[in-house]
Amino acid sequence: MRLLTGNDLKTGAVTWWTGTDWSIHVEDAADVTGHEDEIARREEASRRVNGPYAVDAELKDGVPRPSHIKERVRSLGPTVRPDLTLKPAEPDIGNWVI
Amino acid sequence: MYKYDQYDQAMVDTRVEEFRDQTRRRLEGKLTEAQFTPLRLKNGLYLQLHAYMLRVAIPYGTLDSRQMHALADIADTYDRGYGHFTTRQNIQYNWIKLEEAPDLLADLAKVEMHAIQTSGNCIRNISSDHFAGAAADELVDPRPYAELLRQWSSFHPEFNALPRKFKIAVIASETDRAAMRLHDIGINIVKNEAGELGAAFYVGGGMGRTPMIAPCINPFVPLDQLVTYAEACLRVYNRYGRRDNKYKARIKILVHELGAEEYTRQVEEEFAHLLGQGVEPPLAELERIRTYFEDPAFQDASNDTIDRSDPDFALWVDRNTVPHKREGYVSAVISLKPVGGIPGDATARQMHVMAELAKSYSFDELRVMHTQNIVLPHVRKATLYTLWQTLEAEGLGSPNLDMIEDIIACPGLDYCSLANARSIPVAQKIAERFASTGKTDALGQLKLKISGCINACGHHHAGHIGILGVDRKGVENYQLLLGGSEAEDVSLAKITGPGFDENGIVDAVETVTDVYTRERQDGERFLDTYRRIGMDPFKEALYG
Ligand code: SF4
Repeated sequence: MRLLTGNDLKTGAVTWWTGTDWSIHVEDAADVTGHEDEIARREEASRRVNGPYAVDAELKDGVPRPSHIKERVRSLGPTVRPDLTLKPAEPDIGNWVI
Repeated sequence: MYKYDQYDQAMVDTRVEEFRDQTRRRLEGKLTEAQFTPLRLKNGLYLQLHAYMLRVAIPYGTLDSRQMHALADIADTYDRGYGHFTTRQNIQYNWIKLEEAPDLLADLAKVEMHAIQTSGNCIRNISSDHFAGAAADELVDPRPYAELLRQWSSFHPEFNALPRKFKIAVIASETDRAAMRLHDIGINIVKNEAGELGAAFYVGGGMGRTPMIAPCINPFVPLDQLVTYAEACLRVYNRYGRRDNKYKARIKILVHELGAEEYTRQVEEEFAHLLGQGVEPPLAELERIRTYFEDPAFQDASNDTIDRSDPDFALWVDRNTVPHKREGYVSAVISLKPVGGIPGDATARQMHVMAELAKSYSFDELRVMHTQNIVLPHVRKATLYTLWQTLEAEGLGSPNLDMIEDIIACPGLDYCSLANARSIPVAQKIAERFASTGKTDALGQLKLKISGCINACGHHHAGHIGILGVDRKGVENYQLLLGGSEAEDVSLAKITGPGFDENGIVDAVETVTDVYTRERQDGERFLDTYRRIGMDPFKEALYG
């Protein structure tokens, strides 16, 4: 599957296209296969996202997991600061990234 | 410390307002990202892996307590309560919001700081010896020269669009604590036989994709021609540096391709031309600047002694204090490398603490080291114990200066969008391994440096042991390098062979240190043993 990601223009936060909106949670991301460019162009023009691009991913336990480690680090947060990741309460979340 | 005059302040304040307007226009959609990106980069604002990242310039690494307090307040107000001190003596914030960036820059300007020229193809923040003005072995304080060059290079219209970024370091001692020869221009203030001060120019060094050691192109430029000579070096580069290929655009490639002799000839020709153009600021300006760097009011501390009855304190004194030019004083290094911590990171609270310590014990001065630690440059021996107790209580008392646990690590894949692999977890694992096996002590001075990609922000080429993160088909992999040095015995590290995974690289580091402890002769550091016995015994132990 393909996911569309970018950064929120105002805050810089990593965001994912859900099919209707942008979310900071990768588990909300929709498969955009075949529509990447069209959605990216439209959303960037309306300034809802900064620098959108598509990445490869696969479904793991029903949740989209980006194929490249860089995108997994982006989607969660720095692996060395579990307190600052999106899921600080999950002690094993680092395994999802690596 | 240098204080802004009305021109400095007006330039910085004007820039903040200009950026406020540019940011507003971007948020309103009147500027596209393509138009806005170069504008934000000119103000040190990058878009990184998780958010916008702001790199703040700390000129030649020198700060006062007011500025350190302000950096702490910025970490609390605009970021997530911490900052990262970098290998260029700067500080970076990782979680900046674009909409708040103009206010942040305005707060910085109130304490005579900014983020201008911390990105882009211009002359970046000038770096220097972190013990400047304090070191027992320095000829003079190099910072007035660094400040003069800072003023010359700030907003220099001709060098605003160089072929590539440009880094200058200035030192004034035989001991090189600023990786001087691994800069685009390294300047060493020296004395000639007549006892006059001048500047030795080393041009074309650098790390990154093609590491090179800068050759000396002129061993003595009179100080009243310093800026003119720097201008000539830059002019030749600006004219002939390659703009067709980003990877060949640094001055090191030009100097290498032309040959040092031909590059020097062209610089001398340009210099002769420029001498008649009135480029050099009047010496009175240097003298004016120099008054800001006069010695603080040292007391007579010659009878100060250090009570070594607390062994932990005695160890910290032995490891983290260095000789000072004044009897009874030392420079104290505050380690930002606790075992298992993130090299170079400091919390807002720790920054406030360091600022207060500077005020109480070091004439209000702090320095950022390129090794990502902080220096209190002028501390009376009699006050060291009290100082150390506070450091200990705040997690700032690790006694590990220049030891294997004092690792330089760039932000790597945890923060940096250019990274191939994570640097920080590798640094943490190595420090934890050596702390737990108790081998650190026996290894003595051992500089280990890690970069998350070939850009070498973690100075891996200059590590006695270097580690470079690479991407092997989407999986992190680490190359091991041996034999580098950024100091006066400068050398570039060489790759041992095939890389390792994250745990493998930790084992590999332990393996090469075991070779060292087996092979070393009396008084040899790791680097000395490597240079004597060569790569083979290390390779043999690593790969069989
Ligand atoms: S060396 Fe590479 S990964 Fe590390 S900070 Fe520099 S650009 Fe980023």
